[in-house]
Amino acid sequence: MPLIDHVGVDRIYGPFVLLKGTPDVGFGELAQIRMKNGDHRLGQVVLNGEDATLVQVFSGTSDLVPETTAVRFLGRPLEMKLSPALIGRVFSGLGEPRDDCGPVYSAYSKDVNGSPLNPMARVYPRNFIQTGISAIDVLVTLIRGQKLPIFSGNGLPHNKLAVQIANQSQLVGEENFAVVFAGIGVKRDDAAYFMEELFEKGRTKNMVVFLNLADDPVIERIATPRFALTVGEYLAFELNMHVLVIMTDITNYCEALREIGVAKGEVPSRKGYPGYMYSDLASLYERAGVLKGIQGSLTQIPILTMPNDDITHPIPDLTGFITEGQIVLSRELDSRGIYPPIDVLASLSRLMKDGIGKGYTREDHPDLASQLYASYSRVQDVRALASVIGEDELSQIDISYMDFGKSFENTFIKQSYDEDRDISESLDIGWKLLKMLPRNELTRISKEEADARLK
Amino acid sequence: MEKQGIIIMTNGPVVKARGIREFAMHEMVYVGEMRLMGEIIRIDEDEATIQVYEDTQGLKAGEPVFGRGEPLSIALGPGLLGNIFDGVGRPLGALYEKGGIFIPRGIKVPEIDTEKTWELEPEVKVGDIATSGTVIATIKETPLVSHKVMVPPGLEGEFTFVLPKGTFKADVTVAKVRDSRGQEIEIPMVQRWPVRVPRPCRQHLTPKEPLITGQRVIDGFFPIAKGGVAAIPGGFGTGKTVTQHQLAKWSEATVVVYIGCGERGNEMTDVLEEFPELEDPRSGRPLMERTILVANTSNMPVAAREASIYTGITMAEYYRDMGYDVAVMADSTSRWAEALREISGRMEEIPAEEGFPAYLPSRLAEFYERAGRVVTLNGDMGSVTIIGAVSPPGGDFTEPVTRHTKRFVRCFWALDKSLANARHFPAINWVDSYSEYVGEVEDWFSLNVDTGWSELRKRAKDLLAEDERIQQVVRLVGEDVLPDSERLIAFTSYLIKNGYLQQGAFGPDSFSPPSKGFAILSLIMHFYDRAFALIRQGVPFSLLRGGDAVANLVHLKELSSEELEAQLPKIREKLDAFMEKTGSERLAARGR
Ligand SMILES: Nc1ncnc2c1ncn2[C@@H]1O[C@H](COP(=O)(O)OP(=O)(O)OP(=O)(O)O)[C@@H](O)[C@H]1O
Ligand SMILES: [Mg+2]
Repeated sequence: MPLIDHVGVDRIYGPFVLLKGTPDVGFGELAQIRMKNGDHRLGQVVLNGEDATLVQVFSGTSDLVPETTAVRFLGRPLEMKLSPALIGRVFSGLGEPRDDCGPVYSAYSKDVNGSPLNPMARVYPRNFIQTGISAIDVLVTLIRGQKLPIFSGNGLPHNKLAVQIANQSQLVGEENFAVVFAGIGVKRDDAAYFMEELFEKGRTKNMVVFLNLADDPVIERIATPRFALTVGEYLAFELNMHVLVIMTDITNYCEALREIGVAKGEVPSRKGYPGYMYSDLASLYERAGVLKGIQGSLTQIPILTMPNDDITHPIPDLTGFITEGQIVLSRELDSRGIYPPIDVLASLSRLMKDGIGKGYTREDHPDLASQLYASYSRVQDVRALASVIGEDELSQIDISYMDFGKSFENTFIKQSYDEDRDISESLDIGWKLLKMLPRNELTRISKEEADARLK
Repeated sequence: MEKQGIIIMTNGPVVKARGIREFAMHEMVYVGEMRLMGEIIRIDEDEATIQVYEDTQGLKAGEPVFGRGEPLSIALGPGLLGNIFDGVGRPLGALYEKGGIFIPRGIKVPEIDTEKTWELEPEVKVGDIATSGTVIATIKETPLVSHKVMVPPGLEGEFTFVLPKGTFKADVTVAKVRDSRGQEIEIPMVQRWPVRVPRPCRQHLTPKEPLITGQRVIDGFFPIAKGGVAAIPGGFGTGKTVTQHQLAKWSEATVVVYIGCGERGNEMTDVLEEFPELEDPRSGRPLMERTILVANTSNMPVAAREASIYTGITMAEYYRDMGYDVAVMADSTSRWAEALREISGRMEEIPAEEGFPAYLPSRLAEFYERAGRVVTLNGDMGSVTIIGAVSPPGGDFTEPVTRHTKRFVRCFWALDKSLANARHFPAINWVDSYSEYVGEVEDWFSLNVDTGWSELRKRAKDLLAEDERIQQVVRLVGEDVLPDSERLIAFTSYLIKNGYLQQGAFGPDSFSPPSKGFAILSLIMHFYDRAFALIRQGVPFSLLRGGDAVANLVHLKELSSEELEAQLPKIREKLDAFMEKTGSERLAARGR
């Protein structure tokens, strides 16, 4: 069927154009909005009825003239062309080439929205990824196929940490390891940093990049992570690669969602974000995992900056409700010069329970992790007390907690940007630290374990 | 000919259709050429609003809508146990086999496997009276559960045909009944039931027996009754799902229905992989043999999420009607409420608080009211216990879903972010949580665990409450200034928290029978009493906390209940000996 141009639109508001009398349009269908000067923009049908169709224009509606704007419905959803030749390429946030290598040729393409994975098709992720970072490996263990976001704040070294994880995670440098990077409303510098550190300096041979820069159209941000994940799924589940998808900054993505919701006149939920933001974010984050009978895996590290460092803000909050844990960065540790400034008590890896211990990392790992958490959490109480009554007034036991806390931060959490610690090394540091505390205080460790490890 | 309307508008999961005067409110429909599943949720003159249970991408105005002549219903029969279904009752296993790793749209599979055969044992004969609920035949559905094929509610008469003993597929007619009007009605092995309608029972009874969960903080402090309702609210990562999984594993129910409502795919996989390997502590059989999973994960269509709660509870009521104790876990009811909100928003209804529709509280009430201990239609006793997780935004319990849920549940297990951050699990806060069933189940505990159960529970809770006050002082001035009697309270509370309330889900302590918890707690309180007496005689507290026998009190939970029972006298002896010795040495020294 030939594609028809509908010339003239009836309403233009926010990122939307409304057309009357276009019955043969499918919900979610892709549309091309053509301007008189020959430029065209992409849009998507977000509401369609028998007498009107509402199209959301990805690059915005500025300069559109109602009389001369033509809309052509393409009869297909927003898609990404897929082929092994994608590897090494850089695309815009809407999947158009951003490098000089020309268009991707392939007869095979997929709807970027993906489809829900059948839970029956999943395999529970259990394989530990060593990142070489003690705080992560021992206390917030990353598992292949996990979705583990970094909750950060403006000015904190989340990019550096994400790069370190990507560069040090085992498998790096192997043929079947790939990084897909989605820059969502990122600054040009940040984008350049990632490309340079991962691609040029780093050991990652296989990389695909989608970039929506800070000055690129806001609405496009809705599509950017979906392109990245579609490629991620293709590499992982069709080409059997182990794929790490880094998406930054989810906060920009959510802001775009809010903008659309407001423009549509929807009833907002908390802080003006749409009521369906949970489901929308889930449609991104759930696109991770390990599947039956498939060699590859898709691991996600989304990065978000918490507005005002507030973890109860809807963006980190809804993310935390969907992802399998979170790595939280602390401004306080950062200001004390501790890199990586991981707030281990607020951080969590939900998948570590089945991916550590005997047969996975080391037998003593679960109890050690639990004890380090408990002891370090006690440190916080003691510090609070010390700030009230003064360190001199502390009891003997409390003083040992103060010392433990300092050493824990300076020798366990703190490490340098290129320091790649083996898991055994990290665990041993943990045990050494526990020796600073009285044996009676170590209630999470069985007596046998304590006898063996704390000689 | 099929009834037919046409689509006039598509807005995400909500579709409007015209030409539906023949359709019924809440009728199930097929939407579009792809025949997506949907349900009519509003009728305005000639227009219906339909919520669609599958992704609506590509739907066009003018496509047809077909009526199915029944409200949203699911198939009930043997083969539910051990299986996993989506929110509208489609078996995910069959969808996987037919559709692959992603769930395709418009796919149709039989809801109950009609290839599988069952050994049928008739319980009635021709000429017998048939009334609602009469058990026609039994089928060993799994080694754990005997499935009863019953006369559907509302049908009475006389059996004119009964299928003889034998092996049959699920699509057979098991009996025929001539009703009072002389009509002969066929009763199939697999029966359908509209999910939004509660299945009837003869009478509701007050709960009496606790549902033993094997979790000390629950059984010992905040018990739930069989037929009771509980909520577990908590911010992200505080342990709702782990607790729900624990309850699904260890609860003393005959059948468990676990509803994953808008949560993670991997959590369902976890259950699917783990439960077949885990043994029911009572029968030694794999737990999967008594478990039904309903999974509508967060990335599946939102309207089907709304339905999943009803699908799950209907399955539970069906097994209740066979005379069983059924436990339902719903993780998370907040996602269900959000699905309501999303659909309501698309229908442009006027919202009440935070965008939720005004009917949110009544929907919550209707759901929780489907729990209860009942006399079934055939005079047996059965129960449905509901345990709903609540996910308050920002962990704030004053938000609408938590607040309204609180009105309808009688057991509230409040999860606490700071406990979770300190890795005190289960992070159930002992001050904010409550159970209104304590009075009703006390007798059971005193009969089956120990006559001192209530007294011990009360003393331990009072001690913790006292400790809460003391800790406020400690936070201001440190422990050193406390009088010894208060330091003892603080220390004993520490023992209770670490040695009793804390219970790891992933180790040998995962299931703790009430007797084990009772033994640990009585030892800790025994220590308290002895120490209290000594302190009054002037023995300094610092001498009493040091001994190995005292430190050992936090490690008792690592023992299995058998080991603990065997070693109990010795442990107690050691503790007494230490106290004795410390006390008399000190007093002697002073006397000199
Ligand atoms: N009883 C327990 N024993 C040991 N660990 C636990 C226990 N309960 C919770 N945890 C720990 O807490 C983590 C988070 O728990 P869980 O996944 O149940 O949180 P949740 O409240 O369901 O969060 P969300 O709302 O995001 O789904 C688990 O991965 C586990 O590490
Ligand atoms: Mg959960």
